[in-house]
Amino acid sequence: MLAFILRRILQSIAVLLAVGLVAFSLFRYVGDPINAMVGQDTTMEQREELRQKLGLNDPAPIQFAKFIANAARGNFGLSYRTSEPVGRMILERMPATLELSFCAALFALFVGVPMGVYTGLYPRHWTSRLLQAISLIGISLPTFLIGILLILIFAVSLHWLPSFGRGQTVQIGWWTTNFLTVKGLQALILPSITLGLFQLTLLMRLVRSEMLEVMRADYIKFARARGLTNRAINFGHALKNTLVPVITVTGLQLGALIAFAIVTETVFAWPGVGQLFIQSVQFSDIPVMAAYLLLIGLLFVLINLTVDLLYFAVDPRLRGGGLARAGGH
Amino acid sequence: MAAASNNPPLLEVKNLRVEFPTRRGTLLAVDDVSFDIAPGEVLGVVGESGAGKSLTGNAIIGLLEPPGRIAGGEIRLEGRRIDNLPYEEMRKVRGARIGAIFQDPLTSLNPLYSVGRQLVETIQTHLPLSGSQARARALDLLKEVGIPGAEMRIDHYPHQFSGGMRQRVVIALALCAGPRLIVADEPTTALDVSIQAQIIALLKRLCREHGTAVMLVTHDMGVIAETADRVAVMYAGRIAEIGPVRDVVKHAQHPYTKGLMGSIPSLGVRTERLTQIDGAMPRLTEIPKGCAFNPRCTVLGQRCMVERPELMAAGASRAACWHHDRGGVGQPVAKETVNA
Ligand SMILES: Nc1ncnc2c1ncn2[C@@H]1O[C@H](COP(=O)(O)OP(=O)(O)OP(=O)(O)O)[C@@H](O)[C@H]1O
Ligand code: SF4
Ligand SMILES: [Mg+2]
Repeated sequence: MLAFILRRILQSIAVLLAVGLVAFSLFRYVGDPINAMVGQDTTMEQREELRQKLGLNDPAPIQFAKFIANAARGNFGLSYRTSEPVGRMILERMPATLELSFCAALFALFVGVPMGVYTGLYPRHWTSRLLQAISLIGISLPTFLIGILLILIFAVSLHWLPSFGRGQTVQIGWWTTNFLTVKGLQALILPSITLGLFQLTLLMRLVRSEMLEVMRADYIKFARARGLTNRAINFGHALKNTLVPVITVTGLQLGALIAFAIVTETVFAWPGVGQLFIQSVQFSDIPVMAAYLLLIGLLFVLINLTVDLLYFAVDPRLRGGGLARAGGH
Repeated sequence: MAAASNNPPLLEVKNLRVEFPTRRGTLLAVDDVSFDIAPGEVLGVVGESGAGKSLTGNAIIGLLEPPGRIAGGEIRLEGRRIDNLPYEEMRKVRGARIGAIFQDPLTSLNPLYSVGRQLVETIQTHLPLSGSQARARALDLLKEVGIPGAEMRIDHYPHQFSGGMRQRVVIALALCAGPRLIVADEPTTALDVSIQAQIIALLKRLCREHGTAVMLVTHDMGVIAETADRVAVMYAGRIAEIGPVRDVVKHAQHPYTKGLMGSIPSLGVRTERLTQIDGAMPRLTEIPKGCAFNPRCTVLGQRCMVERPELMAAGASRAACWHHDRGGVGQPVAKETVNA
């Protein structure tokens, strides 16, 4: 198991280096960083001097190594647009995105999984058919449309919930949170639903099909023959066996939630990293884009690593292999 | 042989019918099957694939898979009718009064739970025992079914056991609440040949010690001959012949049973193997008029084409054949036969 984890960590580092290379290439080959930094009236000599000072004349591999070393220390340089340190800009906006993604994930998990279990256990019931039909809509409507529809209904017509921004936030150290004020929590509702709806339908359909599959398994039939209660069979035996694929997809989708919060943040003017990314694309603010890329890469890698570890917790077959085979024949 | 033939039966199956509604009419997969099992008795059930053996067993444990359903007849356990119980009532019977063992030990156990946990869970579902009492009982059961190092093995997961060991665990699970009857549906088919005999011997010994009756479905006539007190031979959803094991094996009355015995050379009952049955069992949709066996029968007469034979006394057994006295190897029997 230790070997497995070590191998996974090495793989993760390789993935991050690859992402780093892409980010670095952005810097190196999209536009000229010097142009972005200096004014119109800078002379060629001054430019060359700056180039030398910034190490832009070094061979590419050395530049790449420096880039990675800086990135590892959270140093991504200054934004072309605002001249602020990129690291700080991202850190400031990170809580907004993380809290939004977290709520969306909770929404998807705590609504999607029970719906999947229900439709999997009673596939022929009319409620299940209805949920299936609704989930098709959820999976086919684009996110921005869902967001706009929700705004129209709950903000514009009913005035129940705010249509943009984080509402009221509370500062705890460098972290700003929505969770401690009513206004902040209200502001979270519509964007979380918008962002989580697609994952919700995905999870529901996944759990449903896994449930249908597992309920046909011999050990379920044998559990019935042992006279176990429906509750024990459905939740103790069946649901647990659907967990491995559910964990995988949830993990991947959590990464996707954070990465694709971009659309939701734009629709709801949510001051998160996704919005920052959109702004930096408009201004060709390469350092911010590169840092964002690396950050998303890091998140995906961390989530995958967690997912792998969760497998071990759920499935005994992955733990200590065939150690005890010896006893039987 | 059943020592208890004059006691009231443990299980009574009367005129059981199992059907499947399909778009093109209803399929009758088990047709008017009746038999008894006495306390502690082992009833072997044999027959070709698709004869309705598993459906009969599943009907008894109340686990027919929809759309299959019991369409008629009744099933009584210890005198109490169990075929029409509500699901929750029947659930309390399953595991507690009737245990079941299925074909594949590799897939009967939940891979995610230790065998101890699965045992304890079953014990506590049916018996009012504390966690530690249940675990002690689980440990005893594992020892009883012959798991070496049970103290350590109890916390192991199914994948850490071999097929034979897993089937032992499955037997322990079926026995753990002290059922009166075990329905064992081909419990050794999926196992290595070298282990099959051990498992059957274990099942037989445990059931004798616990006084548990067994309905043993198998394709193996050798197993039947060694293990069963009585045998039921099924063909196309009906019982073709039923009787004490010695009589059915040595003096088969029904031509189909004769053919089955003939196809088991290892038994040494007969030496020529010419009696192997040609043809295949008809599909449920194509069961012929008269005797269902008539397309394959070598001794048929005219009556066989028009009228269906019911079970009738034939020596010590009962057979559903108009010509059972001619089919049998042994003594000539009852005179319901017909000129044709
Ligand atoms: N869901 C179903 N729909 C229609 N027919 C079915 C269904 N399940 C079983 N049958 C039919 O019922 C008949 C009896 O099946 P059963 O499983 O009892 O046979 P079996 O004697 O146990 O055979 P085997 O030795 O292969 O296990 C078969 O002919 C089968 O085609
Ligand atoms: S009833 Fe007729 S066809 Fe059927 S088994 Fe007996 S002899 Fe053969
Ligand atoms: Mg079968």
